[in-house]
Amino acid sequence: MAELLIKNGRVICPDQGLDEVTDILVKDGRIEKIGSASEPVEETIDAADKIICPGLIDMHVHLRDPGDCDEETIASGSAAAIAGGFTTIVTMPNTDPPVDNPSAAENIVNKGRQAGLANVFPVGAITMGRNGKELSEMGLLNLAGVAAFSDDGSWVASAGVMAKALKYARLTGLPIMSHCEDPTLAGKGVMNAGPLATELGLPGVPRSAEETAIARDLLLAAEIGGKLHITHVSTAGGVELIREAKRRGVNVTADATPHHLTLTEECVRGYNTNARVNPPLRAKADVDALRAGLKDGTIDAVASDHAPHSRQEKECEFDKAAPGVIGLETTLAVLVTQLVETGLLTWGELIAALTVGPARALGIAKGTLRPGANADITVIDPAAQWTIDAGRFVSLSRNCPFDGMKVVGRAEAVIVAGAIKEV
Amino acid sequence: MWDRKHFLGLAELSADEINQILDKAQGYRPTALDENKASGKLRGTRLVLMFFENSTRTRVSFELAAGRLGASVTAMQMSASSVTKGECLRDTVRTVDAMGVDFMVVRHASSGAVGQVAGWVSASVINAGDGTHEHPTQGLLDMLTIRQRKGKIEGLRVGIVGDILHSRVARSNLIALKKLCADVVLIGPPTLVPNSFEQLGAEVAHDFDNTIHQCDVLYMLRVQRERLGGQFFPSMREYCELYRLDARRMQRAKSDVLVMHPGPMNRGIEITTDVADGPNAAVLEQVSNGVAVRMAVLDILHGSRCGG
Repeated sequence: MAELLIKNGRVICPDQGLDEVTDILVKDGRIEKIGSASEPVEETIDAADKIICPGLIDMHVHLRDPGDCDEETIASGSAAAIAGGFTTIVTMPNTDPPVDNPSAAENIVNKGRQAGLANVFPVGAITMGRNGKELSEMGLLNLAGVAAFSDDGSWVASAGVMAKALKYARLTGLPIMSHCEDPTLAGKGVMNAGPLATELGLPGVPRSAEETAIARDLLLAAEIGGKLHITHVSTAGGVELIREAKRRGVNVTADATPHHLTLTEECVRGYNTNARVNPPLRAKADVDALRAGLKDGTIDAVASDHAPHSRQEKECEFDKAAPGVIGLETTLAVLVTQLVETGLLTWGELIAALTVGPARALGIAKGTLRPGANADITVIDPAAQWTIDAGRFVSLSRNCPFDGMKVVGRAEAVIVAGAIKEV
Repeated sequence: MWDRKHFLGLAELSADEINQILDKAQGYRPTALDENKASGKLRGTRLVLMFFENSTRTRVSFELAAGRLGASVTAMQMSASSVTKGECLRDTVRTVDAMGVDFMVVRHASSGAVGQVAGWVSASVINAGDGTHEHPTQGLLDMLTIRQRKGKIEGLRVGIVGDILHSRVARSNLIALKKLCADVVLIGPPTLVPNSFEQLGAEVAHDFDNTIHQCDVLYMLRVQRERLGGQFFPSMREYCELYRLDARRMQRAKSDVLVMHPGPMNRGIEITTDVADGPNAAVLEQVSNGVAVRMAVLDILHGSRCGG
């Protein structure tokens, strides 16, 4: 018997160009049919007035497991993912110890399976210890199940090493996700360089720290032909560099975070440590450029860069605070409220950035409701009004810049491989 | 009427409020330096000095100012405190606050930290310098000094010279001078005087020799030795050649130019001894004014604490 029927929802599947009110039948953990069905089913969801889309994918998440399990574990992180409507999360390797060997990758895969909630795909480090010098065993990491390679948190500062990595990684077919930040330009910066940083007496990170790094990586990718993904783009100049490279046919994809799409450096006023993030929040022109980039496809995906930090790491001097904000439980609502409700993006465009966009960037068979695909499905109530309350998050951490914000849009039900997940 | 609980910076004050404090400080001048003329205004209050960065002037000045108003003063040695054991800032200040304290005078190396402290404690917090953000009482004593020596502030052209980027004194002075309608030109190498200061109302100049003659006031900043050599400019001798205030440069300046320095001075680097000790300089008057200004600030804050 088919396990699930979702009735009467507005089915939006950008991969198929689909946006219509219809039914979805799930059988044996897969999408059996889109369209009215008359089979007996074990369970039915009445999805009238709801949006049904492929399970959302967050391709940039930090879980502190191993390393700092008080901040987040694979179990709590995958629960936070479900709470936020995500069926797949992709975890960065800057754990302690880092995921630079196949056993560490298997550990993540196993723990993800044990948690039994969202799909957890680990990312392997590009270099051993993320030291930027020796390549990791990319082949073995690939066999162990990583979805991509990244030294996120750091940029591979040596062009020679990055070139070798792009070239070697081709044997795996996996992308290299680059955190573009030249540390010799970023220096001790803790916020966007500019008049506000000058006024507040905080050292600034110039846009060139990110843009010179993006430019270098694009040039290498163009020459070597590897698969490059630029993660958390934060500047208008960066968007333009990627747009121009795509025009030339460079194999590059990019993502931007919900906070870079909605907040500016003004959030730092008052030395709010929940506005301390890397790359830093920039100016309105950058936010506008990122939004335009998302709309025209230069930016393929939204990824939260969910970065849990404990209270003591944030309740301190601004220049001592750990950079990073969480996002799994707020990404959907914040973007619906600020981008869809305002008419900047359509529902289809937003869902694409959270489904087919990341799926194609990673080359994984997810992000779609094509019959035969895994039944990873998110049911969204587009009209649900609520107030973000970090104190009630499923995540173990609370460092959220959107705390207290009134939002609209919420995931109501999350299905992974045909099973409804509850947290 | 003053209703602020804390004294964190000059940015949030109006020109009227600044003038109010300066007038009160001027009134305190005769008594500020004379122990025998101490007033009892703050008798019965407890003031704690928490200096997480070293200080000579500001620290002693606050201690004397509070004492001459009759407050009981506890001067903490942060380097001898449990901060050295890794105790965080929030715990440190809340611990002291829990002992029943009326005023905390705090200096800290992180910009914004003193404002954060104000949010964590019930005492009134006074900013004695936070990172590279503000040093509001320094700004006030500098304004008082200019007013005394020049008779006014409005319409003057003030040149601030040196490591502007890392200077909280420069920022507080810039804020106060703009509110009081003076012109400010920031002078130094581009690496230490970035153009972003133009958006805060200052002019930026890199050629001291061709700017010095315009200035009614020359405010010299200390160049930190650790910034010499490599990071922000190539060498000490290069810096001195281009930006040091010495007798030769003074010849290009107005004959009645007022020379100021917040101290401590690196004699021979940003300023030579003959200029620092010469008739145009007001360095020690700045220090004396500092006690009066801090008495005025404490007096005003105490008034607002008492609801008066």
